[in-house]
Amino acid sequence: MGLYLRLKWGPPKGSQKNRRLFGMGVSKTFRGREKINSFTLDVEWHMDNELVVLLGYSGAGKSMTLQMIAGLMEPDEGLVLSNGKIFFDSEKGINIPPQKRPFGYVFQDLALFPHMTVKENILYGADGMDNRERAKKAMELIERFHLKGLEDRLPSEISGGQKQRVAIARALIRRPDVLLLDEPFSALDNPLRVEMRALLKEVRREFSIPVVLVTHDITEALTMADRLIIYSKGKVVQTGSPEEVFSNPKTEEVALLVNTIPKCHPYCGRK
Amino acid sequence: MDSSVLFSLRLSLQVATVATIFVVIIGIFIAYILARKEFKGKEFLDILFTLPLVLPPTVTGYYLIVLFGRNGFIGKLIYEWTGWSIMFTWYAAVIASFVVSLPLMIKTARAAIESVDKNLINASYTLGHSELRTALKVILPLARRGIIAGAVLSFARAMGEFGATLMVAGNIPGKTNTMPLAIYTYASSGEWEKANGMVILLTVMSGVFLYLANRYSRRIV
Repeated sequence: MGLYLRLKWGPPKGSQKNRRLFGMGVSKTFRGREKINSFTLDVEWHMDNELVVLLGYSGAGKSMTLQMIAGLMEPDEGLVLSNGKIFFDSEKGINIPPQKRPFGYVFQDLALFPHMTVKENILYGADGMDNRERAKKAMELIERFHLKGLEDRLPSEISGGQKQRVAIARALIRRPDVLLLDEPFSALDNPLRVEMRALLKEVRREFSIPVVLVTHDITEALTMADRLIIYSKGKVVQTGSPEEVFSNPKTEEVALLVNTIPKCHPYCGRK
Repeated sequence: MDSSVLFSLRLSLQVATVATIFVVIIGIFIAYILARKEFKGKEFLDILFTLPLVLPPTVTGYYLIVLFGRNGFIGKLIYEWTGWSIMFTWYAAVIASFVVSLPLMIKTARAAIESVDKNLINASYTLGHSELRTALKVILPLARRGIIAGAVLSFARAMGEFGATLMVAGNIPGKTNTMPLAIYTYASSGEWEKANGMVILLTVMSGVFLYLANRYSRRIV
């Protein structure tokens, strides 16, 4: 079990002006690039069956990495392997669409479907299974995540913590090989955040799958991670257990990141 | 009510209903493509489908004659195969209403589709759903208010269509004289009583449609 990736992504080659002149059909990727303009991502890392936290300031490329793992964004170059299976390989021209990648994704804003009930949201992840198995799995997850009694409510009718649990249940019903979480707890207040961290640890124990958690919250990173991968400006600057990184930060920026609990940093003004 | 008034009312409803059905089906499809796809010539398509909104309806009608007239590009083929021409039938009125009200559907539906949260679409993909299923299960249901608003607006526009209809369907009493055309006829021949009734009826109906369209478009999820 494990995940390996090598990703490269950068601004388009050649002057942007020139590219804009060509044709009316400006490509989608290009439009995306225009916004982030000079950002470059160049990372390589792997993980086993463990909980890895991607830590770094906002805009360091953590979320982008998750999207590239899930196939929602295409790197310029690189490789994405999970359990020895290739999902992206620029050299061989392999790019498996997100629908066929076995990764559970929990979005930052949770992305629950507002027009579907709790139960429908969870079931939506289980298409293709036979109906009885689907219903059984959904029931198990509803019970496991203490959502009993809320099945027929809409996301707008449940609390933040409950929404969180629906999003995780929905991502798990397909039995993914890896669970990817993009700052899922950032909108919660503190006590609830502590509760969700505990829940996530239980999930990891029970389902025994690798979990990648993206955060810029140092407390979250230190309490959750088996291993930390520190991102800075599109690069991995250090990896190791929280103790290792904490006691021996490789760069000044890492030291700053792990030693202070930053209220805000020039990069985090975005949120 | 006078039987000729009733005929015009019935014909207008019939033409507008059929035109709106096509407008909804084709309009959603075009709106989806314009909202979600990037391709060469997209800008051009957008302009092409918006033109009937700003062109004088007589110009739109003129183009329809060029296309569907007995010597038109498409009309000629139809005439050669079947010996029948669509001109001056109520089908022609449907085509005129369709072309003129399509932009309203496309504009409203496109805005609604574009406003669907990108993350919801991505979530649907990561949960294993194809683009088509995502469109049917997530995007269109969430854009439904805009789609309904667009359909109502299109229906109201189709009910009121005059210029292009006159060009392609004529103003044949008992055959193609929809309400707006009948009003024109009554007004030009001084039959004010008949005209009054129709004018009030059309005004009230259009007001109700606008009210419905507003109600739906205001509450886009």
